[in-house]
Amino acid sequence: MRGVPVILWIYLIGFGVPGVGLERPFNSPLLWGSIALVMTYGAYIAEVFRAGIDSVHESQRAASRSLGLSNSQTMRFVILPQAIRRVVPPLMNDLVSLQKDVALVSLIGPIEILRQAGIDKAKFANFTPYVAAAIIFLMITIPLTRTTDYLLARERKRTSATRVR
Amino acid sequence: MKLELRNVRKSFEERVVLAGINLEVNAGEVVSFIGSSGSGKTTLLRCVNLLEPIDDGAIFLDGDEISSVGRDPNPVRRRIGIVFQSFNLFPHMSVRRNITLALTQVVEKSADEANEIASSLLKRFGLDEKIDAYPDQLSGGQQQRVAIVRALAMSPEVLLLDEITSALDPELVGEVLDVVRELKGSGITMLIATHEMNFAREISDRVCFLASGLVAEQGSPTQIFSNPTDERTKQFLRRVQAVGKT
Repeated sequence: MRGVPVILWIYLIGFGVPGVGLERPFNSPLLWGSIALVMTYGAYIAEVFRAGIDSVHESQRAASRSLGLSNSQTMRFVILPQAIRRVVPPLMNDLVSLQKDVALVSLIGPIEILRQAGIDKAKFANFTPYVAAAIIFLMITIPLTRTTDYLLARERKRTSATRVR
Repeated sequence: MKLELRNVRKSFEERVVLAGINLEVNAGEVVSFIGSSGSGKTTLLRCVNLLEPIDDGAIFLDGDEISSVGRDPNPVRRRIGIVFQSFNLFPHMSVRRNITLALTQVVEKSADEANEIASSLLKRFGLDEKIDAYPDQLSGGQQQRVAIVRALAMSPEVLLLDEITSALDPELVGEVLDVVRELKGSGITMLIATHEMNFAREISDRVCFLASGLVAEQGSPTQIFSNPTDERTKQFLRRVQAVGKT
């Protein structure tokens, strides 16, 4: 999934699957374009999680198993909580780029912000709609990143005594 | 309760770490393992806790072979606790949760019972103020004492202490060793891998010197430290004496 550009998956799945002659509503490019995005990003995110799980030191697993916890209990209570905390920032990056890559789906038909802005630009011969589209994107991404920073700072403050600045 | 190791062998790749260890430990006995780095002390303890599968031989607890292949290690680990050199507390959990996790998940005690056990043990070792702290907020000595409490909370019959003071600043070693001294009085069986020769001499009922993956010499602390017979033991003790650790 990760070896092929996102745009190509959107074309392949978004045009290809409805092309086999499905009935409405299963021939919608919006549906299949979204599925293409979900599949590619699913692959990216799985990789981030894998790296997060690997980054938890083996000694944590040893400590947990030595107390008699099973493999799955160790994963659930010891490894995953630490891994998830570590992968939140990279996951936020992925969320932000996913949110931006939604614009790619417009290439196979559905009208989203970018495409609508293009239409309005053509209508009024004025670039302001693009600026408006950019602002709408920023209105979503900036609070997202700020929230992540806040969550991380809170966690760090709670669990550690001193903080190097 | 008796722990018995019969011809235990363990290799990592080509390197033989345990070359046929034979050992019997009686209930309530405190046995120390000394020897140079890489002599197999840590591996021996990890094998007893089944964290490392052994290549050959057998380990018996109460005459029951715990090392057999395919056996569920979890019930055994409830009876054998281990404390690690690097503490290995769970950094995302409070001290309380570190201690109660296994109590609630493995032996299925209620949250109240588990809390009760945690606070009384912490009190016993003077850590009751730290119950809601996180590991990173504690000193190394406090962390290691919490790690000991975490292992003790499961009421193990055998406690394995794997160089528990090696990662500590010298002035913090004492408080951790005090905990072990108190435990000796409680009658728990302890296997201790250590570089603290004075401590091994003081606390042990028996000292084993490991060399080349074998118990090269064993005996009472007085015998090993004052009257070693094996040439390698003598050399080792001379070397540690030279750096002032005896």
